[in-house]
Amino acid sequence: MILFDHVSKTYPSQNRPALDDVSLEIEKGEFVFLVGPSGSGKSTFLRLVLREEHPNSGTVWVLGKDLNRLSNWKIPTLRRQIGTVFQDFRLLPNKSVFENVAFALEVIGKPRSHIRKVVPEVLEVVGLEDKMERRPDELSGGEQQRVAIARAFVNRPMLLIADEPTGNLDPNTSIGIMKLLDRINRLGTTVIMSTHDSQIVDQMRRRVIELETGHVVRDQSRGVYGYAR
Amino acid sequence: MRASFVSSEVGAGLRRNLTMTFAVVITVAVSLALFGVSLLVRAQVTTMQDFWYDKVEVSIFLCARGSDAPSCASGAVTAAQRDQIRADLESLRPLVEEVYYESKTEAFERFREQFANSPIVENVTEEALPESFRVKLADPTQYDVVASAFAGRPGIEQVNDQRKVLDQFFRLLNGLQAIALLIAIVMLVVTVLLIVNTMRVAAFSRRRETGIMRLVGASNFYIQLPFLLEAAVAAALGAGLAIISLVAVKSFVIDGVLAPSFQFTAFVGWDAVLAIAPILLLTGIALASLAAFFTLRKYLRV
Ligand SMILES: Nc1ncnc2c1ncn2[C@@H]1O[C@H](COP(=O)(O)OP(=O)(O)OP(=O)(O)O)[C@@H](O)[C@H]1O
Ligand SMILES: [Mg+2]
Repeated sequence: MILFDHVSKTYPSQNRPALDDVSLEIEKGEFVFLVGPSGSGKSTFLRLVLREEHPNSGTVWVLGKDLNRLSNWKIPTLRRQIGTVFQDFRLLPNKSVFENVAFALEVIGKPRSHIRKVVPEVLEVVGLEDKMERRPDELSGGEQQRVAIARAFVNRPMLLIADEPTGNLDPNTSIGIMKLLDRINRLGTTVIMSTHDSQIVDQMRRRVIELETGHVVRDQSRGVYGYAR
Repeated sequence: MRASFVSSEVGAGLRRNLTMTFAVVITVAVSLALFGVSLLVRAQVTTMQDFWYDKVEVSIFLCARGSDAPSCASGAVTAAQRDQIRADLESLRPLVEEVYYESKTEAFERFREQFANSPIVENVTEEALPESFRVKLADPTQYDVVASAFAGRPGIEQVNDQRKVLDQFFRLLNGLQAIALLIAIVMLVVTVLLIVNTMRVAAFSRRRETGIMRLVGASNFYIQLPFLLEAAVAAALGAGLAIISLVAVKSFVIDGVLAPSFQFTAFVGWDAVLAIAPILLLTGIALASLAAFFTLRKYLRV
């Protein structure tokens, strides 16, 4: 599903690499936590998977594609198979819940009949079927993140990338979001999630990859947030 | 591609930035109108050239008694000289298309007609007017051939090309046209810069939407299309205004004022306006789309 082969990334104007010789593999159907202190390279890792950034050296394989050799016009096709969720939700404030999810389908040219069918379905999965006409500012943070997850999941992507999805939420709401991501994972979607939330990581007991100053310092299959050795 | 979705995005985009859209429409309209006027002046020059070159003649004035040109030193033209000149002119066919001899009497008649209401007529006698050959050339630009063959010959006072006078006038018109074209080009450059800036602002103000579009895998084409269409629609509106002002120039200035006052010459017809209109529309849309395209390539990367 995802393969990093000696990947290094240094941002221009930066003298320290954000990722330094990272090699790892993530299998289909896995649920992976990406942990590490601020600035350790978690978001950089996820941006490389989305091909928002290019590595300086090494190869990133995603969904069977060598991203170094993927031509620009094929990037949209790749991203259609990857759902993305962020800490700041990234919803359109002037569109309703339904329209926000529908937007993701409209811009990839899906027919209206398809949209009318699948949007209510996915809103039911995230538990927002009775709030479809609300606008984001009429929703709680947790509900907004559910909309974002619905939008990321509406195409039933192979891979879901979540960069600190619970970073703006209180612990109870976070647990709700985690249950939702877990459910999506059980439906067959590979999930990679970066987080600073030790409670969640400790409860879920899934694979944990820890980064520090761009190096992988730990990769445990049923890990916890801190060092458990 | 969902047409209704794209068109609603375009409409929203144009309304969101109404002042900018307005500025683009106006600059496109003004620059294209100027461009159109310069094309119209060019068409006018061509029309007049066609009209006049057909009518202009080379006049060979023969010596009258008392002519002070050196070639007239031996007095008025003799019948033998006149016959020789006519024969030589005939031998220049086919360059010479028509030769017409105007006698003193005919010259005097024509003069009286032209200045019918003027007191000059009373002071001019038939004797004072020269007899002449009026020569029509198949190709008016070959005037020099005739001039070099006849100018300075005994019995000939002067060889005159009406085309020379016309050409001065056309040079003036062409100069005006060049100035209009220059201003139009400067204005078009300003228009392009304005469109580039408008697109930059539009891309920035919608970075939230376009960011989401990129993430969910919308194609570049789909992301940029609403912006491109916005620029093209604004340019088309501007071109429409430019065409309307061109129609106004044709019907009010040319047909309304110029044509009635200068009846001796021909003016451009509606066919010229009809030919220029699509050029303006295409220039406007192409320029705006290209400016937008290259701006967006920079600001809306995948
Ligand atoms: N666009 C950028 N340009 C330059 N440097 C960057 C850029 N993005 C990140 N960096 C640098 O790269 C390093 C890794 O950043 P990254 O965002 O991947 O960390 P992170 O683990 O996601 O941190 P956080 O937990 O705070 O989100 C940092 O030193 C950061 O300053
Ligand atoms: Mg980060």
